[in-house]
Amino acid sequence: MSAVAAPASTVSFAPLLAKRFPGTVVAETRPPADVPTIAVTRAALREVALFLRDDPSTKYDLFVDLAAIDTSRLPAPQAPADGHRFQAHVLLYSTSRNAHLRVRVSVPEADAVLPTLTGVWPAANWFEREAWDLMGIRFEGHPNLQRLLTHNGFVGHPLRKDYEAAQRWLCTEEDLLQTQLAAKTDTPEDVFETMTLNFGPSHNSTHGTLRVVFRLDGERIVAAESECGYLHRCFEKMSENHTWVQVVPYTDRLNYCSPMINGFGYARAVEQLCGVTAPPRAQAVRVVLAEFSRIMDHMVCIGTNLVDLGALTNFWYGFQTREEIYGLLEACCGARLTSSYARIGGLANDVPTDFVARSRALFPQITRNIGEIDRLVTKNRIARDRMYGTGVFKRDDAVAWGFTGPCGRASGIAYDVRKDAPYDGYDQLDFDVPVSSDGDNYARYLVRMEEMRQSLRIIDQVLKSFPAGPISTDDYRVALPPKEMVYNEMEGLIYHFKVVFEGAQVPAGEIYSFVEGANGELGYTLVSDGSGLPYRIKVRPPCFPLFSAFEKIAVGGMVSDAVATLGMLNIIAGELDR
Amino acid sequence: MAQKPLDLPAAGASALPVAGKVTPPLGPGQPSTAGFDVLTTKLDWLAQWVHRNSLWPLPFGTACCAIEFMSVVSSHYDLSRFGAEVVRFSPRQADLMIIAGTVTDKQAPILKKIYDQMPEPKWVVSMGVCACTGGFYRAYHVVQGVDEIVPVDVYVAGCPPTPENLIHGIMMLQAKIKSGELARHRESKTFVPIRVGEDPRPSIPAYSQAPMANVPGEHGFPEMRATAEAEAASAGEVKK
Repeated sequence: MSAVAAPASTVSFAPLLAKRFPGTVVAETRPPADVPTIAVTRAALREVALFLRDDPSTKYDLFVDLAAIDTSRLPAPQAPADGHRFQAHVLLYSTSRNAHLRVRVSVPEADAVLPTLTGVWPAANWFEREAWDLMGIRFEGHPNLQRLLTHNGFVGHPLRKDYEAAQRWLCTEEDLLQTQLAAKTDTPEDVFETMTLNFGPSHNSTHGTLRVVFRLDGERIVAAESECGYLHRCFEKMSENHTWVQVVPYTDRLNYCSPMINGFGYARAVEQLCGVTAPPRAQAVRVVLAEFSRIMDHMVCIGTNLVDLGALTNFWYGFQTREEIYGLLEACCGARLTSSYARIGGLANDVPTDFVARSRALFPQITRNIGEIDRLVTKNRIARDRMYGTGVFKRDDAVAWGFTGPCGRASGIAYDVRKDAPYDGYDQLDFDVPVSSDGDNYARYLVRMEEMRQSLRIIDQVLKSFPAGPISTDDYRVALPPKEMVYNEMEGLIYHFKVVFEGAQVPAGEIYSFVEGANGELGYTLVSDGSGLPYRIKVRPPCFPLFSAFEKIAVGGMVSDAVATLGMLNIIAGELDR
Repeated sequence: MAQKPLDLPAAGASALPVAGKVTPPLGPGQPSTAGFDVLTTKLDWLAQWVHRNSLWPLPFGTACCAIEFMSVVSSHYDLSRFGAEVVRFSPRQADLMIIAGTVTDKQAPILKKIYDQMPEPKWVVSMGVCACTGGFYRAYHVVQGVDEIVPVDVYVAGCPPTPENLIHGIMMLQAKIKSGELARHRESKTFVPIRVGEDPRPSIPAYSQAPMANVPGEHGFPEMRATAEAEAASAGEVKK
């Protein structure tokens, strides 16, 4: 993010916008850590969106996120001046200019309608369905505005502030027929030529709870429709009822293949909102454990995908690696999978004294396991035939559908948050970002294999100069003071009491902060009203655009290729559905 | 107050004194009254021996617990040591459903359908607090414990449970199969979830009321059963 160095986050092309759209676009001045922001009236939204996508001075070609916010309970200074109940934050990224932008639109309650942006960025499709489902904002002209995360028997829009968090609604089997293809009865011609095949949500190669409905002509897919929400466990609503620190365990369960990265990303977002930074030692530990988590995540992705393709052995190698890394995580935080290790301003506790030696001891085993998988798979005729040239998604499509992370890099989008908006000292480290232009499953496999090697390189460099010092910030409005201070000083006791009972004091404000998750850009939109509980947390899950594009990738291929593609996209239901 | 002397168990029976009525254990060494009984008892014993040592799990994995389940069946923890490694994703081929992860309202009808498709005898292990109680997701889209939908034989706590914990749960299930108590639970055709009638939540899914092969309270250990029976009796719902 280029705005970090600047004193405040402003929009460079503001005069151009003001000239082109007089009276409808207002450029805002944001704090340095936040992304540049413009406010747009909803009547002009579509024209401004087209301009932002196509004009050479803007070129925001990648749709990142759509965060809908119910402002009805915001206190007076923060509440929008126009008195409208809803706000939509459209977050965009320019792959050529490497810049983010937030477009803020106000929506009145009585007429909660926005023009759809699916024609501008296809990736907006599912984000808009989610906003309709959870917040009740309709999108005019949307091709398929159905509920996405909740079921069809659901009543109301749960992320509105007046919705009771525990209010459930009965879902019957009929309610699950909501995908268009599944609901469509086969006409005689269809029966003769094609058939409908339901795939998931309980299927061994949907890795959890994904569902796709295919229309097949023989073995070939002529149409597909994917559906999610089978693991929608209300992270965003739950986080509004907990203190800022209590949200950390929930973040672990977003992408449960690499839980550490989620927690660190969340902690970093809150730190930016508070204006504190984690001390160098905490940042170094975050980098080391995040990179180990990335290796774990890629191991699961490659291992389980190869199981789907019929190669079981790699699964054992992959999970042996995970077990080794679990040992290290357990030594640090006491848990194998769901670590709850991140804290605002640092870490929950210091790493063990032999952390560097323990981490180094993992290198030979991980290197050997990566090598074993490499020897078994990379030049294996069967694996190549299954992966090479299947699930092809070229760069233009990938940009339009919002791909980031390994899948985006396999399609040729050379965007890695660690390089392009460095955090936690990644700019001091020497590592390569593997990029391919093939965009097929084999490229996704190769990119992930290389990323694991690069992660080891990163860890190696951090361990070489592993800093000493505290693991938590000394800003005790947000972080617990050390125990010696609590026991020996009056102020320490007061700080401790305040943080434990009232939670971290996060000032009122909003921010979009993002890190490189194992699957791509993992972003958090945070809105704080200063009350001690988060007002709104919206996660930008990297899997979400990947899975929404799956119905486009799968068409034209065989069912067996769709299985390989689904595995290689690495959809993690926890962060997909939240 | 003088302590009532304990009825010491007969030689060959369990060495632990147990209060209340105890079903005599099935298996070798049990006294028989007729030749036919010997034969059926031996057959029962054989069937239980086969069942408990050759469980075919269907992993109904939805979330984080499924990742830990993968660890359990992988080389490090190796569930095959307990005869339960033949993972089957078809309900027709499985007799043990391991519900690993959060079950949402949207997933609930699917869970019930898959359970119904499994042939008898079948058992259910609820892995992790989300499956057991909803965990820390007390939310608008999460089933507050899968025993709203299917009868559960063993609850394994943890978020997620450690592999050792799940293996312990499977060994407990094997012990319950061995004791023979589970085989008798499938006679009643009405399954009423334990928590009906006392639940303050606004809406209880109606699929809880659907016919299913279990009776209330026969889910766990004697003390749990006693509690559940007392609750059911006070609610006046079940005559027993």
